[in-house]
Amino acid sequence: MATAEGQQHPIKIYLWIWFLLFLFSGFSYGTDFMPDGPLRTTLILTFMLVKAGLIIAIFMHMAWERLALIYAIFLPPVFILVFIVLMTIEGDYTFLTREIMFMFPG
Amino acid sequence: MAYEAVTNTGETLAVAETHGWNSVISDWSADKQTFGVPWGKAMMWIFLLSDIFIFSCFLIGYMSVRIATTEPWPDTSEVFAMTIAGQHIPLLLIAIMTFILISSSGTMAMAVNFGYRRDKKKTAALMLATAAFGAAFVGMQAFEWTKLIVEEGVRPWGNPMGAPQFGSSFFMITGFHGAHVTAGVIYLLVVAKRVITGFYDRKGSYETVEITGLYWHFVDLVWVFIFALFYLW
Repeated sequence: MATAEGQQHPIKIYLWIWFLLFLFSGFSYGTDFMPDGPLRTTLILTFMLVKAGLIIAIFMHMAWERLALIYAIFLPPVFILVFIVLMTIEGDYTFLTREIMFMFPG
Repeated sequence: MAYEAVTNTGETLAVAETHGWNSVISDWSADKQTFGVPWGKAMMWIFLLSDIFIFSCFLIGYMSVRIATTEPWPDTSEVFAMTIAGQHIPLLLIAIMTFILISSSGTMAMAVNFGYRRDKKKTAALMLATAAFGAAFVGMQAFEWTKLIVEEGVRPWGNPMGAPQFGSSFFMITGFHGAHVTAGVIYLLVVAKRVITGFYDRKGSYETVEITGLYWHFVDLVWVFIFALFYLW
């Protein structure tokens, strides 16, 4: 479908995705009224990833692109996950160091 | 699925492999351009990849200062709450901004579609609607910043509610996102004007509208992450 003429899909699919994005944004906002905890965190992340997936796959037409382009764009961000893990460890270390140091003022 | 790629010199090449790793290998190893898309689209995607890293760095920076601080993090649900007609509604303005940006993504997707159908009027009208939604978003963000700075006393180096890192994270992340939206509105207006004047009819292709759409959807995409990780978490 990705020819020189460009991407051409039925308008219905965009209206559907639009509706789904509204729905999931509503759900996202709904999590703000839940008590804090693992369930709320999981729902926040799930709705975030569903919305991101719909935008990238349909609105940005990634679902219809060649695999070479998909890999070129989406493999590099995998390193971001490594970065997140590293900075979580670093953040925890800084927090613990501060807790210990602040116990002995002066 | 038969597939054709156009080389830089305008020749058409048949590509054998259509799926799986074999298609990746045939695309990268053949003596031709790798990506079977207009160069502008490939370049926009690569620019967006760099932008993914920029916003990831901001969000990871926010994550690590929030983990490392020993002071309580301000409750965003309360900080961004609004009272309308005596009703106290948490995070209301941010929710409205989210729905506005999603609507703008919807109108943009339709504009791309009508562009490829060579429907100039509808394409331009939908792009202008997208730009209007974007401008409304930036306006509400300006209102939000003003409220936070003037009424709540939030500064990049501190605030009365708790961890001082809250202000620097907030201004950095939403500031950069707002700058992207502002640039997007200008970008949309420029391309919409060219749609109206028939520039893309003379060029013979409406791919620029799709490329503009990629940028705009990306701005919406970033907001999805900011909304979840900064405002809701």
